[in-house]
Amino acid sequence: MRRKRIAVWTALGLVVAALSVVAAGCGGGDDDGDGASTAIEGLGADLDEIKANARNEGEVNLVQWSGYAQLVDEFEAATGCTVNTKDGGSSDDMISLIQTGEYDGVSASGNASVRMMSTGDVAPIDPDLIPNYADVQDGIKNQDYNSLDGQPYGVPHGRGPNYLMFRTDEVPEDTDSWNVIWDDDQLAKYKGKISIYDDSIFIADAALWLKATQPDLGIENPYQLTQEQFDAAVELLKKQAPNVGEYWPGTPATQIAAYTNGDSVVGTTWPYQYLQLTNASPPVPVKAIKPKEGTTGWSDTWMIYSKAAHPNCMYLWMDHMISPEAQAAVAEGFGEAPVNLKACDLTENENHCDDFHASDESWWDDVYYWTTPTADCGDPDSGETCVTQEDWKTAWTEIRG
Amino acid sequence: MTSVQHSETPPPRASPGRRLSTFFFRHPRTRLGVLLALPVAWLVVVYFGSLVVLLVSAFWDTDPFTAEIIRTPTLENFQTIIERPVYRDVAWRTIQMALLVTLADIVLAFPIAYYMARVASPRTRSLLVVAILMPLWASYLVKVIAWRSILSDGGIINWALEPLGLSFDGYSTVGLWLVFTYLWLPFMILPVYAGLERIPESLLEASTDLGARSLTTFTRVIFPLAFPAVVAGSIFTFSLTLGDYIAPGLITSEQFIGTVIYNIRGQALPTAAAFAMVPIVVIVLYLLVARKLRAFESL
Repeated sequence: MRRKRIAVWTALGLVVAALSVVAAGCGGGDDDGDGASTAIEGLGADLDEIKANARNEGEVNLVQWSGYAQLVDEFEAATGCTVNTKDGGSSDDMISLIQTGEYDGVSASGNASVRMMSTGDVAPIDPDLIPNYADVQDGIKNQDYNSLDGQPYGVPHGRGPNYLMFRTDEVPEDTDSWNVIWDDDQLAKYKGKISIYDDSIFIADAALWLKATQPDLGIENPYQLTQEQFDAAVELLKKQAPNVGEYWPGTPATQIAAYTNGDSVVGTTWPYQYLQLTNASPPVPVKAIKPKEGTTGWSDTWMIYSKAAHPNCMYLWMDHMISPEAQAAVAEGFGEAPVNLKACDLTENENHCDDFHASDESWWDDVYYWTTPTADCGDPDSGETCVTQEDWKTAWTEIRG
Repeated sequence: MTSVQHSETPPPRASPGRRLSTFFFRHPRTRLGVLLALPVAWLVVVYFGSLVVLLVSAFWDTDPFTAEIIRTPTLENFQTIIERPVYRDVAWRTIQMALLVTLADIVLAFPIAYYMARVASPRTRSLLVVAILMPLWASYLVKVIAWRSILSDGGIINWALEPLGLSFDGYSTVGLWLVFTYLWLPFMILPVYAGLERIPESLLEASTDLGARSLTTFTRVIFPLAFPAVVAGSIFTFSLTLGDYIAPGLITSEQFIGTVIYNIRGQALPTAAAFAMVPIVVIVLYLLVARKLRAFESL
C-alpha cells in the first residue's frame, strides 16, 4: 500500500516537472530586436504576386474593434480571401489575442500599437505594396502610435473621440461639460445610472477632468502622470465608483441595451453606440458631445502580425481598409473621421466629413489619443518618472473595488 | 470443458483480431493498461496539466511596459494579492455570495425534493423531474440575459413593485444572488431528491410506532439521513458560484473573483494566476469538510 502511494506521488511529481519544462519552453520568444525588415515569410515581392498568393491563402483572420471590418463581401469577392473576425474588448485583450499567433492582423489603438511594435509582435509595412497608402492624410502618417524609427507599421484606420453621451429626457439638453459624471451633486443626481468604460485607460479621462479643474496639479498629458497626479485621478475615480450603474465592457451591445431601457442615462461612449441608438426604431433620445474640457479618443491602425500565416491576404486587407469606399463605410458605420479624404465624396451623408472634422485639425487639438503610459513620461529627456501601465491596471482593479 | 470436447471442435481460425483478444486474455494487466490509457492521459495531461501551467505561471513576472511575461520565478504576485486589500475584499465577497446562494438553494430545494420523493404520485414526480431539468437544456447565457431584463429598471420586478411605491435596484449584489440561486437550483434539488428517496419507509414507520410526532421524525430521522445529500448538492452550488465570471459581469458592477481574473489577465496574467489559487484552496477546504460530513457517499 505504502509503496503504491509513493509510486503515485513520484509519477505525479514527474508529470508536474515535465509540464513545467514544457510550459517554460513555450513561446519563449525569439527576440530579433531589429524590427526594421518588412519581409514576412511568404509575402509576394510585388502587388501582382501578392494577389496571386492571396488566392492560395484563401483567408485572413483579424482581431478588430467591434464593427470595424467593412465591405467584407466586396473584399472577399475581389481577392478570394475569406475574412474571419474576432472582436477584442480592450487593448489588453487585443494584445493577448495577437500573441496567440492565430491571427494575421489587428486594428490596434495607440495603447496597444506602441507595445506591440516594441515587442515585435507586429511588423513594419512596405507602403509601395499598398497603393491606397498614398492617399492617407499626411498628418496621420508616421505618428508615435503607428511608426517606429521612421518606419511605418500598418495603415491608419480612422480616428474618433470618446463622447459624453446622455439621455435628453433625463439630463439637460444643453449639458456641455464632463461635470455630470464627476461633480458630487451631479453624481448624487445620477447615482446608479452612470455608464463607464471598463478599462484602466479610463483613468486618463479622470486626469483630463483634473487637468481642467485643478491646474495646480500641472497635468499636461493625461496618459503620462506623476505619482501625485495619478493618485489624485484614482481618488476621483474611487469617489465616482459607488455611483456608477454599469462598467460596460468593450462590447457595445450591453451599453446600447442599458441606454435603451433607461438603466443608464449618462456616461462615456464610442460614436458607434450613439449611431446605433439614434438609428434604432424608435430612436432612443440620446445626445453625444465632445465636452468643453476636451476628451480622450483614438487613432487606430491596422497592423500585420509579424509571423502572419496569410500575409498576402493581410496586405490586401490593409489596402482595402484605406480605400475610399471602405473608409466611407467605416466612417459612417462606426462614426469616425476617415483618414483617406477621398472617402468624403462617397459617404451617404455628404456632410459626414465635416460633421466629424476629418480635415479640421484644430478640432482634434483637445482630443487625447489613447497611448501607453510609460515610466519616462513618454519622453526619455523629461527627467521625470511617471506611473506605468502595470500600475494603471492594478489601480483600476482597486477602483472597481 | 474437457480435453476430449476440445479436440472435437475445430480450433478457431487465427485472425489478427482473435490473436489480439487472446493476447489480452493472457495478459490482464496489459489489458487494463490499454483500457485506461486514454482516460488517464486525459486526466493527467489535460486536466492536471492545465492546473500545473496555472500554478507555474503564478510565479512569473511581467514587463511593466509591454506586459510580456518574464520567466523568472518570483513571489511578487502572491505578495500583491495578500497585501492589496482589494483582493481580500473581492475574495471575501465571493465566498459570502457562494455561501448565501448555497443556503438559499437548500431552503428552496428541500421542500421540492421532499415532495417529489415522498408525496407526489409517480406521474407528478416524473413531470417535476422534467420541469427541473428543463432550464438546464437552455443556454446559460440566455438565462442570464433574461434575468438582466427581469431585473432592469423597467423590468417585471420593478413593474410589480411600482404600485406599492417601492423600487428594487436589480443590477446589484442582491440581484446577482437571485440569479445564482435560480441558476444552480437544479444542482441542489437532484442530489437531495435522490438522498430522500433512499431513506427506507420502514425507518419512518418505526419512528411513528415509537411515538414520534412528524416534526420529531423529520428532525431526528429524515434530515440527518438526507444531510449528506444536502452537502453533496452544496458542493455544486458553492463551487459554481465561486468560479463564475459571466453572470457577475452582466448583472452587477461589483467585482468577484472570476471577474477580477478575467479583467486583469491581459495585463497581469501571473497575478491572475495567483488569484486563481484562492478559489482552488477554498474548494479543497470545502471538499475536506464535505468528506467529513460523508457527502461523497451521496453523490
